[in-house]
Amino acid sequence: MSLNADPIPTAPRRASPVLSRLACTVVQPILSRVVRRIAERHPSLFARLGPHQTTDFLIDPIELPFALHLRPDPEALVFRAVPRADAPPAGATIRGKFLLLLELVDSEEDGDAAFFSRDLDVSGDTEAVVRLRNALDDVDGSIAEETAEMFGPPGRAILARLRKTYTNDNEGHPAR
Amino acid sequence: MSLAELICPAGTPAALRTAVDAGADAVYCGFQDATNARNFPGLNFTPDEMQAAVAYAHAKGTNVLLALNTYPPAGQVDLWRQAADAGARFGVDAFIVADMGVADYIARTHPQVRLHLSVQAAASSPEAIRYYCENFGVKRVVLPRILTIPEIRQIRTEIPCEIETFIFGNHGLMVEGRCSLTNYLTGQSTNMDGVCSPASDVQYQRHENGSMSSQLAGFTIDCFGAEEKAGYPTICKGRYTAPHRKEGYYAFEEPVSLNLSRLLPELIDAGVHAFKIEGRQRSKSYVRGVVTAFRKAVDDIRAGRPADMADLVALTEGQKQTQGAFETKKWR
Repeated sequence: MSLNADPIPTAPRRASPVLSRLACTVVQPILSRVVRRIAERHPSLFARLGPHQTTDFLIDPIELPFALHLRPDPEALVFRAVPRADAPPAGATIRGKFLLLLELVDSEEDGDAAFFSRDLDVSGDTEAVVRLRNALDDVDGSIAEETAEMFGPPGRAILARLRKTYTNDNEGHPAR
Repeated sequence: MSLAELICPAGTPAALRTAVDAGADAVYCGFQDATNARNFPGLNFTPDEMQAAVAYAHAKGTNVLLALNTYPPAGQVDLWRQAADAGARFGVDAFIVADMGVADYIARTHPQVRLHLSVQAAASSPEAIRYYCENFGVKRVVLPRILTIPEIRQIRTEIPCEIETFIFGNHGLMVEGRCSLTNYLTGQSTNMDGVCSPASDVQYQRHENGSMSSQLAGFTIDCFGAEEKAGYPTICKGRYTAPHRKEGYYAFEEPVSLNLSRLLPELIDAGVHAFKIEGRQRSKSYVRGVVTAFRKAVDDIRAGRPADMADLVALTEGQKQTQGAFETKKWR
């Protein structure tokens, strides 16, 4: 799966602190709603995480002006946008292009293949990453579409636009 | 004529449903414990999930093969026996076993359920295969990936059971069921604990120049350049320096996947009964892509058409593929 001819940059995109904080403020209500909904609809997801329900994951979409902090503890769920400079110490970090990360969440792409192609970068506790991957992979349906549905026609339109961009960026994708 | 059954991997219930819906003739899977050789974190089935999975598969005409293909430590057989009992209760269609004690228990306790001999048993000669058939009633052998097609054809004439061969996926040969490399570094056994390169012992480190090193239990086993494709963090596919190879070289095997899509007609002609796709640790996306591609290829061949296979190289380890020993003994 060569999502990009070049491997991912070592460092994610730099953003000004003001822009980063503003973006976090805008997306946070959406993230909170999304994660609550997913937890309600897919409670079995937490069992596969085992002891890593309390691990702090840093999910780093390299083009966005912020990273995502996830602690998948069903008793105290955390999913928040954070400026990279303020990110908490992470037990595990997963870094890649935003649309690739979205496709991985939905099992539209294979995580191992993305790792082989160097489009996906993982560091920290590898077991935590493997558990999160397997937990998400056991979810039927599309988390992205469920999320889009929550916001009605505008949500669906944004998702369609993102996927179109993704498809255009990766024309000739050999796996599909 | 071989039936050319398609045997597909499932690491989760969702992956099993994906494989069934994509056209698998049978799906193989395991419990969340050391009884199978993909005992990875967050992977595999609880007993309740296994029961539901069997019902789902059977409702769609697909068989379920339960992998019990690890070796119990001496005197600690209860876990394997309980797993076999649960599988029989749920109605699995076959057990895939490697250990003679496990095979013997199933043959005596659940004689109505088929026994398949796992690749982990490393049975590659007619004599070895016949031993398992005669003593435990084994109905099918999964052949190690070290044989050429002419050798498989010859073995077929000398054994009383079906043959299953791998056709796609991870290409870790060694002497299967005997590899102790992971045990040497981590203390955990691939063959008894079901974990090759346990994730808890794996670390990746990205360097400023864009290269990435992979470590197992603190030992660096490879370092991939910024532009280089990566492989699994297994010792057998590590790259090492030595006094005479200062540049680093693959001492055992290379990160490469098996892909026999071009050899399917020859394998069928040689009498191979079933084709196995490796990858219980892989995602639904992998299962969907690979099963769909091989389903179409097998159906094309059965119908007398040339197989039109999708390109699967993007899903291969290191984005490299080989026909391995099936094509020639000189492959490595």
